[in-house]
Amino acid sequence: MKAISKYGLFMAALAVALAGCAPAATARATPSGPRTLTVMTHDSFALSADVKAEFEAAHNVTVQFLLSGDSGEALGKAILAYGQPLADVFYGVDNTFLSRALDENIFEAYNSPLLADIPDVFELDPQRRALPVNYGDVCLNYDKAYFAERGLRPPANLEDLVLPAYRDLTVVENPATSSPGMAFLLATIGHFGEDGYLNYWAALRANGVVVVNDWETAYYTEFSGSSGAGPRPIVVSYGSSPPFEVIYADPPITDAPTAAVTGAGSCFRQIEFVGILTGTPNRDLAEAWVDFMLSPRFQADMPLQMFVFPVNPNAALDPTFVKYLAVPDAPVSVDPKAIAANREAWIEAWTAAVLR
Amino acid sequence: MDRRVKLPRRPALGLWLFLLPAAGFLALFYFFPLATIAQVSFARAAGGLAAVLAEVAGSAVVRGIFAFTVWQAALSTLLTLAVGLPGAYLLARYRFRGQGLLRALTAVPFVLPTLVVAAAFNALLGPRGWVNVGLMAAFDLSAPPVTFVNTFGAILLAHVFYNTTIVLRLVGDFWSRLDPRLVAAARALGASPARAFREVTLPLLAPALGAAALLVFIFDFTSFGVILVLGGPRFATLETEIYRQTVYLFNLPVAAVLALIQLLCTLGLSVAYTRLSARVAAPLNLRAARDTRQPLRTPRARLTAGLLVGGLVALLVLPLAALALRSVVRLDAERGQSGPVQTGFTLAFYQELGQNRRNNLFYVPPTAAIGNSLAAASATVALALALGLPAAWAVAAQGSREAKRPDATSAAALALDALLLLPLGTSAVTLGLGFIVALDTPPLDLRASPLLLPLAHTLVALPFVVRSLVPALRSIRPRLRQAAAMLGAGPARVWREIDLPLVGRAVIVAATFAFTLSLGEFGATAIIARPEHPTVPVVIYRLIGLPGALNYGQALALSTILMVVCTVGILAIERLRVGEVGEF
Repeated sequence: MKAISKYGLFMAALAVALAGCAPAATARATPSGPRTLTVMTHDSFALSADVKAEFEAAHNVTVQFLLSGDSGEALGKAILAYGQPLADVFYGVDNTFLSRALDENIFEAYNSPLLADIPDVFELDPQRRALPVNYGDVCLNYDKAYFAERGLRPPANLEDLVLPAYRDLTVVENPATSSPGMAFLLATIGHFGEDGYLNYWAALRANGVVVVNDWETAYYTEFSGSSGAGPRPIVVSYGSSPPFEVIYADPPITDAPTAAVTGAGSCFRQIEFVGILTGTPNRDLAEAWVDFMLSPRFQADMPLQMFVFPVNPNAALDPTFVKYLAVPDAPVSVDPKAIAANREAWIEAWTAAVLR
Repeated sequence: MDRRVKLPRRPALGLWLFLLPAAGFLALFYFFPLATIAQVSFARAAGGLAAVLAEVAGSAVVRGIFAFTVWQAALSTLLTLAVGLPGAYLLARYRFRGQGLLRALTAVPFVLPTLVVAAAFNALLGPRGWVNVGLMAAFDLSAPPVTFVNTFGAILLAHVFYNTTIVLRLVGDFWSRLDPRLVAAARALGASPARAFREVTLPLLAPALGAAALLVFIFDFTSFGVILVLGGPRFATLETEIYRQTVYLFNLPVAAVLALIQLLCTLGLSVAYTRLSARVAAPLNLRAARDTRQPLRTPRARLTAGLLVGGLVALLVLPLAALALRSVVRLDAERGQSGPVQTGFTLAFYQELGQNRRNNLFYVPPTAAIGNSLAAASATVALALALGLPAAWAVAAQGSREAKRPDATSAAALALDALLLLPLGTSAVTLGLGFIVALDTPPLDLRASPLLLPLAHTLVALPFVVRSLVPALRSIRPRLRQAAAMLGAGPARVWREIDLPLVGRAVIVAATFAFTLSLGEFGATAIIARPEHPTVPVVIYRLIGLPGALNYGQALALSTILMVVCTVGILAIERLRVGEVGEF
């Protein structure tokens, strides 16, 4: 009987454990003790511990974060949990995915008073279901030493990459599998127009561009400016990558080994949004959290945690962050509705032009 | 002779009781979520299910992806067997110092995240890897002669690297318990070594070999990270296409159809295998491994063993060593920083792991991440064995030659055997979304529960547990069980005192599989992991997703720690002795 009784014991333990989850899941509804606010977000989310503690103390609440995969995965989960929301608030949908979130009605509108401080250019949803929190740019990065040693002028814009002098120097990510890859494709579409971007990519292909599927391989395997020490000195990354290289250098360095290409029309601006999930039982707390995210306290914390810019101009910026961060001259933007409508067609056309 | 002994039949109720836990687990945590996500997905199809089916069936792209998926999996499986069989022979027939360590190290690739494996291969074979740099220096070449990243060869090599351990374990451990006197007898009767292998060893190994080939094929068939990271944008499998359709295009109906195709292929394979394996399994006199392994006496044995060890080390251990080395060496000579360039030995990456410089809320000390990983792995081992042992016993009892006419119990056992394999052939992202839509009501609202991790890992580990146990259980001579039954032992006591000691080694193999599968990245991204309890692979992914030498270095350092934890864990499991053949 040993096996069966051992097994029975285990199932009993499992049943107890499962039952243990039930009160946890319903605890939000009970009025006694601190309530819980759940924030669903992507894996890149970061936050200072004391900033969270401040909010918790002010509202007598426990904030829980669900890091739910990359931005596409997290959004998919939020959409499928519609009606039985996994959380009260969702943060981290960007302008390339915004239409998908809005079409699926996962957000409740919230007219936050803090939106008054935030420039209108960031407000892409007039109904205020998705509220802007931060922005950042996907830009080409280059290895400064490579160009200095060869006396070659670093690229200044997208057009430079197709010149013979830059043959076989560039690595980009596949827009079908990578978020920066998609953003860079959108930069070329915004810059060259729907009529011109495929010609540009054909020229880029003729000039020996390498495509890989993910940012990690592009940056750490192919790019010569990273610690992976690959063979190519130009990569599609973020405008904030050079400051990362300084702050997380080993040994400490004073000058970034890489720089971002910031010429007019060469970067794509990603804006990230927060929204209150439809059907939350904690609407009051959710509103308070959204206000908090838009307030200078939270906004000033973001740059050094997530290496993105705050949308609230009242937030003070850390000097280290400002020193190494290049701000692009005229970043490209594409209407989220157009992205949602054409994403598949643009990727298909790009795949045919560059990979086949 | 055995089959003619008439004994009172075991009560079928007992067998049902043994089958039920695994079946219930599968129904609740696999079929229920899968059916729900399929229903939700198809409900989103604008033109109805028929339109989606027509779209997929008519797509040349999908046909191309399917053909490539099958082709690369078949080739990868053949190569893995070609590498694994000699290795299995080595571990089965020879006794030498460091054997246990070698065996443990060969399992380490299994737990490493793909991105880290890519970094390891890149350190060896990349454009600036040791091989290319060495060849360029030796032959005065201007360009790297070896191209690795974004090639078909990279996919094949990585699959062999990941999955050889399956062959080594399933075949090697079974082989080590085959009685060497059978081959000796064939040789004494004049058979050449090749003929003795072909006509004696190979048929006896068939059940374990078939199990290993099947599992390796399914792993390669559903390959995701290797295709994406090492294969590059020109290669796609069904699994990568399902992911792309789900996450980037949110085309759930198409994703669901592709997932079903993948599932049906897995089901077909596993049904074919289950029928085949029940036919080839034969009762054997299993021996204790310590009696069958020989020390390396002759120079020829030493040479053979040396070559085989060298081959395994070059293929499986060298990339690991490159990774470990890279985690303690600075290689910043090419970077454009002011001040003197520093290269050489450093522990900075390991020290940095223990620091939370930016007071980040989601920082986890490495010890805590290891603790989380070990907790999930232990829970997986316990759960997978608790469910898998009784199931394997019922499957083995019903499927082998001793079984009498097929009845309902027998059919159920064989069906469960085949169904248990399905989670391996299921797209992780599909199942992950299935959990979201199905397990959303208390008391089963597990969507954000830390329990979800071991539960999902158990789904993947169960088929390995059952596959490890069934060949060994089937090989037990029914006579032993019957004798015990004659002497008055009930089924449970027969199981405890006959089966368990005889399959002790297989239980260890099963536990090792469950442990390594859980420790690795399986399902790490497909389900919601609470940030308070991130496992080691989750932290590695977080680090390698950020620019900066320290982040990259920390990812490699933590991967090295994961390798050590895995090796030590396996050595510890192997020290447990559940009971060994030869105690009779």
